[in-house]
Amino acid sequence: VGALPEPIEALLGAALAGELTVIDPAGRPVTHPMIPLYDGELIYLTSSVLFSKKLEHIKENPKVSLSISDPVAARVEPFNRATIQGDATVDDSDLHSGWERVLPLWRKKEPVIDAFLGKRVALPLFFERAVIEVRPRRAFLWEGGDTSRPPQVFELAKAVA
Amino acid sequence: VKDVLATLGERFSHAVIVYVGEDGYPVSVATEFEADAERGVVELRAVADELQPPLDDRISVVFSHIRPQPGVGYDERRYVSLWGKVTRGEDGYVLTPERELGWDEEDVPFFEYSERSLPQAKRYYERVSREQGREVKPQLSRGWLFLRATRLPFLSATIVPILLGTAVAGLDKGFNWWVFLLTLVGGCVVHLAINVFNDVYDFQSGADEANVTPTQFSGGSRVILYGLLSERTMAMLAWGFYALGLAIGIVLAATRGWDLLWLGVAGLLVGFFYTAPPLRLVHRGLGEVAVFAGFGPIMTLGAYFVQAREYAWAPFLISIPVGILIALVLYVNEVPDRPGDAAADKRTLPVRFSKRAIINGYIASVAAAFAVILVLPFLDVTPWPTLIALLAVPLALPVVRALRDAYDKPYVLMPAMGKNIQLHLVTGLLLIAGYVIAIVADAAFDDPPSFLS
Repeated sequence: VGALPEPIEALLGAALAGELTVIDPAGRPVTHPMIPLYDGELIYLTSSVLFSKKLEHIKENPKVSLSISDPVAARVEPFNRATIQGDATVDDSDLHSGWERVLPLWRKKEPVIDAFLGKRVALPLFFERAVIEVRPRRAFLWEGGDTSRPPQVFELAKAVA
Repeated sequence: VKDVLATLGERFSHAVIVYVGEDGYPVSVATEFEADAERGVVELRAVADELQPPLDDRISVVFSHIRPQPGVGYDERRYVSLWGKVTRGEDGYVLTPERELGWDEEDVPFFEYSERSLPQAKRYYERVSREQGREVKPQLSRGWLFLRATRLPFLSATIVPILLGTAVAGLDKGFNWWVFLLTLVGGCVVHLAINVFNDVYDFQSGADEANVTPTQFSGGSRVILYGLLSERTMAMLAWGFYALGLAIGIVLAATRGWDLLWLGVAGLLVGFFYTAPPLRLVHRGLGEVAVFAGFGPIMTLGAYFVQAREYAWAPFLISIPVGILIALVLYVNEVPDRPGDAAADKRTLPVRFSKRAIINGYIASVAAAFAVILVLPFLDVTPWPTLIALLAVPLALPVVRALRDAYDKPYVLMPAMGKNIQLHLVTGLLLIAGYVIAIVADAAFDDPPSFLS
């Protein structure tokens, strides 16, 4: 049993893209479409140094949310929608290969990643990546995907200080 | 923003309302939407009361789309993020966007988007270096780095004329293995030196930085720009290659004839001043002439001379089509580079001339190259079997088509750039095969049939 309710785990397992929202220094939310990975405890997202502004924002403010909202990008039956709020940390201790620890999860969701990785020489900076680890704190689930109805709310962990 | 709103409904299936909740965590809730470009607003269906966005305040609304392609990955990646004031509407809320940002890979290909993001990567490396108290740089395995820094696959431009010059000598005068191998190594290291120097000077001139649409075949190695190697390391690498090439050239001149020296010096100077100041031949629209001379007559004649110990007209004349076709490789590869080249005052031929002139120039040059191949056997300069090189002509057709259809689309043009390199390689190899057939026929028959000699 993972940290998240099963329908949300199913969404995370299927979603090719979710919307990660971070908060910029002015306090505004900034959203980035990303591939979410999940190991039963933490949600992982990897970000290239090319698109690393979000990493800087997380380092300043770890509060994030991830929504799985697109039935095309997350094919599960029946379709649900979910938003997970959590506390994020950035692991950029080894930008070159540190992120490869989540490669098995990534490969499971997107098998073609190995082919892309084989062409690393073509776009080397794209594969210089940090890992964003999100510890879920609260989750909202809309069964059937209808967000006009009240969501099921799951309190999962205490907020960071 | 109005332009974005006009197509929002066609491009996205849903919206995500995003704001920061009272506890400081972002809240993101999907909903249905309708964009009204005339009024400049987006109408959003109401979400559950407990997640209602702060009315009369500013929020973000995000639209995201991706199409999974099983086994391939995905395509149609695009997103739009709108920022503006949200008010109560008839069935929900009304967003009046003030700002938008986003990306659509149909408008800006992913490779270009990545190149445009390079300054952010540099800022991040600086930050991580400060945080970790050591210099953090991007990496690539040594093998890949060498391949990328030297642009090793382009060595076909050197291998073809050296093989051809050797083959011509093989028919006329004979063949010496160690001389051939030394020539091949010497030619290759000088070529690598030219490639690496080209990168150093393109980095210094700003041409690399200004080019945001590099491809597999154009835009240089970019190893300095990416921070994979320093300018100093690249310069040292280039000088090392030049020194080795010079040493091999001196050995060959000393053992095969000092008349080789003039050709070698010409080759080194043309290669060095291809991008190096003060001549910067490629900046003056003379890059094609330099490449023609260096990888056509100079390489072919040099390879012939070291075998035959004399100069002759045949290797010079047959080097002309090979030189033209390799110059056309540069010519086509400069097409996607032209905005960046123009910004760096690198006035290549595609920067100077119109699309129509460039395409006509390509067709005329290909025709000239193959006309030379066709005519030379009739003048008794080359053996008849070299006519098999004419089989390569169809490879030029997709290049012409792509230049017509994708002149302004670097990544659509890329396969044609590969085909253009094949045109040079296949033509050169078929010419060499023609000579080999003639050599074999010469050895096999006392009086070989005329069509084989």
